[in-house]
Amino acid sequence: MAKVATKPKAPAKKTKAKAITVAMTGNAGCALAMKQINPDVVAAYPITPQTTIVEEFATYVANGVVDTEYVNVESEHSAMSACIGASAAGARVMTTTSSQGLALMWEELSIASAMRLPIVMHNVNRTLSGPINIHCDHSDSMGARDMGWVQMFGETAQEAYDNTIIAVRIAEHEKVLLPVMIMHDGFITSHAIDRFDVLEDDVVKEFVGEYEPKQALLNVDDPKTFGPFAMPAYYFEQRRQLRAALDGAKDIVLKVSKEYGKLTGRSYGLFEEYRLDDAHIAVVVMGSTAGTAKYVVDQARAKGMKVGMLKVRLFRPFPSAEIAEALSHLKAVAVMDRADSIGALGGPVYMEVKAALYNSKKRPHVQGYVYGLGGRDTGPDQIETVFDDLKKVARGVESPREQVTFLGVKE
Amino acid sequence: MAEKTKMKWNIKDIENWGWKKVPMGATIQEAGNAAYYKTGGWRTEKPVVDKEKCTNCLICWINCPDASIMVNDTKMEGFDYDHCKGCGICAKVCPPKAIEMQPEGGED
Repeated sequence: MAKVATKPKAPAKKTKAKAITVAMTGNAGCALAMKQINPDVVAAYPITPQTTIVEEFATYVANGVVDTEYVNVESEHSAMSACIGASAAGARVMTTTSSQGLALMWEELSIASAMRLPIVMHNVNRTLSGPINIHCDHSDSMGARDMGWVQMFGETAQEAYDNTIIAVRIAEHEKVLLPVMIMHDGFITSHAIDRFDVLEDDVVKEFVGEYEPKQALLNVDDPKTFGPFAMPAYYFEQRRQLRAALDGAKDIVLKVSKEYGKLTGRSYGLFEEYRLDDAHIAVVVMGSTAGTAKYVVDQARAKGMKVGMLKVRLFRPFPSAEIAEALSHLKAVAVMDRADSIGALGGPVYMEVKAALYNSKKRPHVQGYVYGLGGRDTGPDQIETVFDDLKKVARGVESPREQVTFLGVKE
Repeated sequence: MAEKTKMKWNIKDIENWGWKKVPMGATIQEAGNAAYYKTGGWRTEKPVVDKEKCTNCLICWINCPDASIMVNDTKMEGFDYDHCKGCGICAKVCPPKAIEMQPEGGED
């Protein structure tokens, strides 16, 4: 199998590009990456916890350090509409949002992907109302999981910065040409100051290159109709083609991430394996909780427990076969979802992982946990209880749980 | 029907194209091919002209919302059934009542 996962390793001593170490919030890192990408058009509307990205980027625009046409729209519905128009016209387009803002973009999200427009958008994860709450969980982006966008989740400010740059190349790749949504956790990653490495402006400029649209509304020498009506005789084939494009994005995510790794020394795969090789039990997580999970894994390993972790980076397209392979040797797996799929068997990641394993010859027991909704803190103690559950299941002391467990909810 | 523009993009049999062949993002790859899209199938009634009653006043031609009245050298010559949607406006406005709306499928 091709290398699809990354494992922790010592930072590369010598990389092609010079690293500049900064202390910044995740959002400031994303705004800096946007400045370095210098998109043609940004149409965005502020919403907590994304606001500081658009604020910082607006400062870059006001100071004249970018060439971007910044469209001050009156809502996220208009933001995504303006992005679609600009992208169809042939521009490199970026935007950012969170939570209710993403919800208000709903009808345009599937139009952006169906029109094959390589828009890059940060969605800084915040829960959905109600009750109204500005804090982190993944229910906003999970609601958009079937909209035909590439979805990548980052754990740290470093990943949020890196994913921004990588996403441009994935979106615009001729085999993809799809919008990309990049996530990092609201407040935890977006507002905490983190130490990370950034690239020089010229290096980013060279890495993303010039965008040459395959077809553009403003190309008057080759006029085309964008966004026409499709009767039943045409619609189904379009959706089938969209699925093929999104499935194919997996290889391009790997290819572009590998190229970025050579440049920066920071390699990313479809997911990250942490002490997973010889583990008996493991948790699957996404986003900032992976950092806490790594700490808990280290503590447990120090006591001789064979535990590991798998952090999903690419959620859409979901790397089903690769994740099934990576988990096949385990006795029991806990999938931790920072979103509930209300009325379903469990959270979205849980259902993906379980479905991925169903047809495997070697399949561990999988149980689901929903945690941290609306910004409920998820400390090491909660992940320890998950490992305790798994230990009992793996030893046969406790019967496997079929129902999803709500972690940290007050009974 | 008016003479078709010569197209670079061959859309013959487009209704049967597979998903690998259909244009990316549902774009229509070339301008000026709306005439190739046959919308006459929407019709439930079709206009039929009685040329013995017709005075070639062309009021039907003026009123047709779809340019589906065929005219040659100021003479009304019938209908473009590939695009006529059977709205019945021509029959309604015809002064000598020379156009009659007949149910579709009656001839089968």
